[in-house]
Amino acid sequence: MSGAAAMQTMSPPGDAGGPRSARPVRMTPARWGLYAFLAITAAFFLLPLWVMVVTSLKTMNEIRLGAIIAPPLAPTLEAWAKAWSSACTGLACDGIRVGFWNSVKILVPSVFISILVGSMTGYALSFWRVPGANVLFTAMMIVAFIPYQVFIYPLVRVFAFIGLGQSIATIVIVHTIFGLPTMTLLFRNYFSSLPIELFKAARIDGASFYQIFFRIMMPMATPMIVVAVILQVTGIWNDFILGLVFAGRENLPMTVQLNNIVASVQGEREYNVDMAATMLTALLPLVVYFGSGRWFVRGIAAGAVKG
Amino acid sequence: MSLQSEVDIRDVSVRFGNVQVLEKLNLKIAPSEFIVLLGPSGCGKSTLLNAIAGLLDVSDGQMWIGGRNVTWEEPKDRGIAMVFQSYALYPRMSVKKNMSFGLEVAGTPRAEIEARVAEAAQMLKLTPLLERKPAALSGGQRQRVAIGRALVRKVGVYLFDEPLSNLDAQLRAELRVEIKRLHARLGATMIYVTHDQIEALTLADRIAVMQGGVIQQLAAPKDIYRRPVNRFVASFVGSPAMNFIAGRVEAGLFFHAGDYRIPLAGYAFAGAPAAGAATLGIRPEHVLAGHEAGPDAIAAKVEMVEPMGADTLIWSRLPDGASLSIRHAADAAVREGDTLPVSFPADALSVFDDTPAGARL
Amino acid sequence: MASPRMSSRASAYSALLPAFIVLAVVYIGSTVWTMWMSLTGSRMLPNNNFVGLRNYEILFSNDRWITSVHNLAFFGVLFVAISLALGFLLAVAIDQKVRSEDSWRSVYLYPYSMSFVVTGLVWQWLLNPTLGIQKLVRDMGFETFTFDWIAHAETVLYCLVIAGVWHAAGLVMAIMLAGLRGVDEDIWKAARVDGLPTWRVYASVVTPMLGASFATAGVLLSTSVVRLYDLSVAMTRGGPGIASEVPAKFVMDHLFERANISLATAAATSMLITVIAVVAPYMYWRTRVAARGRA
Ligand SMILES: Nc1ncnc2c1ncn2[C@@H]1O[C@H](COP(=O)(O)OP(=O)(O)OP(=O)(O)O)[C@@H](O)[C@H]1O
Ligand SMILES: [Mg+2]
Repeated sequence: MSGAAAMQTMSPPGDAGGPRSARPVRMTPARWGLYAFLAITAAFFLLPLWVMVVTSLKTMNEIRLGAIIAPPLAPTLEAWAKAWSSACTGLACDGIRVGFWNSVKILVPSVFISILVGSMTGYALSFWRVPGANVLFTAMMIVAFIPYQVFIYPLVRVFAFIGLGQSIATIVIVHTIFGLPTMTLLFRNYFSSLPIELFKAARIDGASFYQIFFRIMMPMATPMIVVAVILQVTGIWNDFILGLVFAGRENLPMTVQLNNIVASVQGEREYNVDMAATMLTALLPLVVYFGSGRWFVRGIAAGAVKG
Repeated sequence: MSLQSEVDIRDVSVRFGNVQVLEKLNLKIAPSEFIVLLGPSGCGKSTLLNAIAGLLDVSDGQMWIGGRNVTWEEPKDRGIAMVFQSYALYPRMSVKKNMSFGLEVAGTPRAEIEARVAEAAQMLKLTPLLERKPAALSGGQRQRVAIGRALVRKVGVYLFDEPLSNLDAQLRAELRVEIKRLHARLGATMIYVTHDQIEALTLADRIAVMQGGVIQQLAAPKDIYRRPVNRFVASFVGSPAMNFIAGRVEAGLFFHAGDYRIPLAGYAFAGAPAAGAATLGIRPEHVLAGHEAGPDAIAAKVEMVEPMGADTLIWSRLPDGASLSIRHAADAAVREGDTLPVSFPADALSVFDDTPAGARL
Repeated sequence: MASPRMSSRASAYSALLPAFIVLAVVYIGSTVWTMWMSLTGSRMLPNNNFVGLRNYEILFSNDRWITSVHNLAFFGVLFVAISLALGFLLAVAIDQKVRSEDSWRSVYLYPYSMSFVVTGLVWQWLLNPTLGIQKLVRDMGFETFTFDWIAHAETVLYCLVIAGVWHAAGLVMAIMLAGLRGVDEDIWKAARVDGLPTWRVYASVVTPMLGASFATAGVLLSTSVVRLYDLSVAMTRGGPGIASEVPAKFVMDHLFERANISLATAAATSMLITVIAVVAPYMYWRTRVAARGRA
């Protein structure tokens, strides 16, 4: 019984003696106001998604004539097809699929490696009291707040120096670097919540550092791995600035390509194609979000509670 | 301060969805009576208390407090105050503010608030702590503040939901005495939920033993202990638990089990004694053993001896295989494997019929 | 001969090796290098000609930088305040045992799963006077309705705020709701017995208990304020004119388009100092709270 009950129970006078008085009414004016507030804000939050979807299903003719929120008269996937395979970014007209596949190529190794490195770091920091660990952890927690602009240029020079330049490998390493604080924190907190006896028992059984990690800890950390995957998939997919700087012209991720498609106007602007491209770019995070339900919230909460 | 209210619960039912938690429950509590609700976890004690407080809606029935039908009144208008197991103090307010806040919101005059807070604080030895935040108090002090917050409301009925169960044994004993003293001083009606039998037996004027949303027995502590109305009450109250021996009542004179007989002459049957299958109950401390045992003693085989300090607990087995625990003087020289003569005084026995509920005969 | 203890310690260090490299090269190396560059006369390529604080003088007399900083402060205050307020109200509303709570929550939170680029583009269209909300309302018969904030330098920042709030309010809601759900139910019961009206319980009892939630949400929002880049790029490209420029964009443009490394790194260093000034007290407070919790 939280605030709810307090708000909804009115107090009709108790009648003395006679038959039972009626139960309190559930839908009070306050409840109506509450739902009105929820509905109006929901409309604000849903409007952009709705406009995106309906516009992407219309023809340019219909867009020019009709209202932006009107549902399409004759829904067509033409704009989606064009956005996918033949929309233009500056010179090339290969559609956003190029960016899509680039993003996939970046995403898969980045998610895997960043979680592997982050979980191992978190594990080493939670069970093994090694000198320097505290400095490392504190530095990570501070860096989680610092804007990328501080690091970007030196990193560009470092990658040029070691011969990687701008490439898939570079962007994967960069995502691992900037994912490290959150991933480490996530796993460190999780491992710290496990009973230390588990770890001690494994050591007495003679398991080595890496055996404990791969055989005992990681299998137990499945829920955290799910949370980490959700965080990293959405985070890396949605990244713009790092992909722009480190991926290289050939490997620009989908977000950058989307921005280029929308920015390059040749002749009349095709809003339906732009919206379809936007929808395509937003699709994966939306699927992850609606598919994962409460896990997404858990991920936010876990990533949010820094330190 | 002598506000006294009677509480009258008439046919109250509480349902959560299609789970019936309380069913047509009736309980009439006299002004300034101290009632303890006792029962296993999940039997509906908190539910009943919350229904009295108005914190949840009853599905059926009426609730009368101080002669008024308060079934649909807000908690604040019912003339009740409540103390919670988790203290439920407002964490960001000082002790003083915790106690005065409700009165301020109700628009009580400043001077009156001051007076009441000072009085409650003095009664509960909280005066030096008034400016502290709850986080800076010990568990016992927090619970005192929670009681203080209830006291300043100056109502006729105080409700306690396991107020002491988060405290350690010693503090619990101290606060128990304090609550008893408060009750004597205020003369208010108190309804008190607990799991702790000692609390129940020491505090209560009457105990209501509940099971499955039904009050099984409502009686003074002594009667609950000596004359439980059914097997559930008998087994739930008392530790170690009452011994039960299955057998038959014969002609109202003997209880026959295995190849021994226990005389029932002197047992106060509730009705006319009838022969038939039954269960005999006896508390460990009522068993007479060794040289105390009477002439027709039974030979019990001692299986284990547990010295408890003040006395000794003997676990034994009767000839028919029924187990029997005996509370005996500490200096008894009894060992495992000994044979111990035992007898059962008829006036300390309980006999239950063989219905599933096991009503007292 | 290494003892087992030594070998497991070596293993621990081997696992921490990537993190230590990142610490040395990125956290410390890059930061120091960026700071050092800001004190040199580097233009297209880095050099080591020490020029003292001259770049900072240039930076703080640069109109575009000053505008960027003002914009960020203006955006930041409005964005954080409105997101916190709206997110909190949504959390309180959802906490009233509303029907189909999960659906409401999903609706408010889904924008947070999308990128700033998508957010910026969508709102650019919606706020575009010739095709978005203004046209919609005019087509419904209100011929004189104007909602063209995005086209004017004085109002364009409000547009960024709208898009930002749309993106982040759900996050605040989720954090606050978790906080509200953590409040002991008995507190609500005690408040009802005390006769406190619901709003009063929220105002005087519950909200003060949510300090940690507010701090967490506030810090998260502030971090995204300082990082603000994609949204401005996708939505307004800094325009009209320089009316919606932001510091992060200033740095990026001067690094990669205007080839002025020293000015860019001076700007980046200024951002760094600002962030540290905000985060350090917060971190300090957190360790104090943690220490008190342990005591
Ligand atoms: N909100 C609810 N919805 C559904 N069932 C409930 C609800 N609250 C309580 N119950 C059920 O009602 C029964 C009685 O609960 P109640 O809290 O009154 O038990 P109790 O006697 O106080 O137990 P305890 O000693 O553990 O506090 C339990 O079976 C419980 O599961
Ligand atoms: Mg209970």
